[in-house]
Amino acid sequence: MARRYDTKTTIFSPEGRLYQVEYAMEAIGHAGTCLGILAEDGILLAAERKNTNKLLDDVIFSEKIYRLHDNMACSVAGITSDANVLTGYLRQTAQKYHLIYQECIPCEQLVMQLCDLKQQYTQFGGLRPFGVSILYMGWDPHYGFQLYQSDPSGNYGGWKATCIGNNHQAAISMLKQEYKDTPTLKEALDLAIKVLHKTLDSTKLNSEKVELASLTREGEGPNAKTVIRVIPGEEVDELIKKYQEMVEAKKREEKEKEKEREATKME
Amino acid sequence: GNVRRCTRVGAEVYTFFREQRRMECLIGIKCDTFTILAHDNSAGRSVLVMKQNQDKIFKLEDQLAMVVCGDSGDTVYFGEFIQKSMAFYRIRNGYSLSPNAAANYTRHEMAKRLRQYPNLVNLIMGGYDPKTNQTALYFMDYLGTLADVSFTSHGYGSYFALSILDRFHRSDMTLEEAEELLLKCVLEIQKRLVINLPSFSYYVINESGISEKKTINVEPATKQTQSSETRVEEMDVFT
Repeated sequence: MARRYDTKTTIFSPEGRLYQVEYAMEAIGHAGTCLGILAEDGILLAAERKNTNKLLDDVIFSEKIYRLHDNMACSVAGITSDANVLTGYLRQTAQKYHLIYQECIPCEQLVMQLCDLKQQYTQFGGLRPFGVSILYMGWDPHYGFQLYQSDPSGNYGGWKATCIGNNHQAAISMLKQEYKDTPTLKEALDLAIKVLHKTLDSTKLNSEKVELASLTREGEGPNAKTVIRVIPGEEVDELIKKYQEMVEAKKREEKEKEKEREATKME
Repeated sequence: GNVRRCTRVGAEVYTFFREQRRMECLIGIKCDTFTILAHDNSAGRSVLVMKQNQDKIFKLEDQLAMVVCGDSGDTVYFGEFIQKSMAFYRIRNGYSLSPNAAANYTRHEMAKRLRQYPNLVNLIMGGYDPKTNQTALYFMDYLGTLADVSFTSHGYGSYFALSILDRFHRSDMTLEEAEELLLKCVLEIQKRLVINLPSFSYYVINESGISEKKTINVEPATKQTQSSETRVEEMDVFT
């Protein structure tokens, strides 16, 4: 029965759903995980690299993290070609704003503009929606550090921590438990590694499989600048090692306690 | 289009026609804690002055305003357009444009507009940025020139006002000193400019907002000149 309402995006189903939009979100559920965490002194985006084929050429800046403007960057989950079109649009919008106002576009305005475009593809033209969800991180003088998520329906929201892509429900429920208000960027990085361990398919997490980028403010007063930095592989490996050592240490503690309990039982 | 040709016969008329747009005078003075925007109060065409209490200010934000001069239809249209555009931005986004962004936006609109049709609007934009606690003053002319300045002026009166401001302006002046400086400029204009501009209005913008309109009305007989005694004698001759 639902079939008849699938073929055109611009039609509601009898239950009041837009199936094409939901199918787009399904497609994103198979894509590489993207994680974003807001800290009090910065924001980080973590993305799973799915193309770990040895034959692929080296990446210059980043595979999944796009710099949009001096004050914003984003990470995408979904169909890469759609993502390229959307990031192109985002960059152009940011530059148009800068041309007129001679200052960086405030984060929410950029997200809003793209979401208005995404919404059009769910209402006019009979074209399919974009199969991309995007996580944005940015800083502006109005609201400071901000993390946004937008999806194919054209809805967006501001988040403290969120996840899109493969296994995102598991990641979000983990973040709900572990995220405490206003972590520092260091704590956020540790939390990100922890969550990625759970959500990534492979058992061994290493810097080849994950990309981490951070956005911070450096300097004081009128000379303060926003810095977007892709964390180099060695640092990521260190963080992973730190986490694994912590896990090992916990395991050892558990074993010790077990032994003690056994010992006391025996007695 | 907006191509105006100067024929040999019409050249003098044309020049006169364009020059008369300089008969209005705007002055802007920026100091550390406040900005003053001033404009003359005359409104007229060619040799006829219709009124001496014309408002030439457009308030854009709580602490940002601009004074305009030029072709009267264009000035009001442009002033209102910028005013409403900025209000729309404020309502849509929940925050205002900073003075720098507002000035650049206005410049962009001016330049865009001029490429469509003739548009003769000169303006001075000034205010206070509560985020950075800095005063702001911008000069903009009808070609879309934008300059961030400490003091500025438009019109024939600018020839005199700028000289006075060059000589006496300091960024650490008190409000009283700045108002005196403005009065000096006005007196100089009234003394030396052949066009009569008897009345000026000005506004002070600081962290508490835009002040109410203040007026400078100087009667010709009270003008202080070096040869004041001679002037009185001359006046006696006529009475």
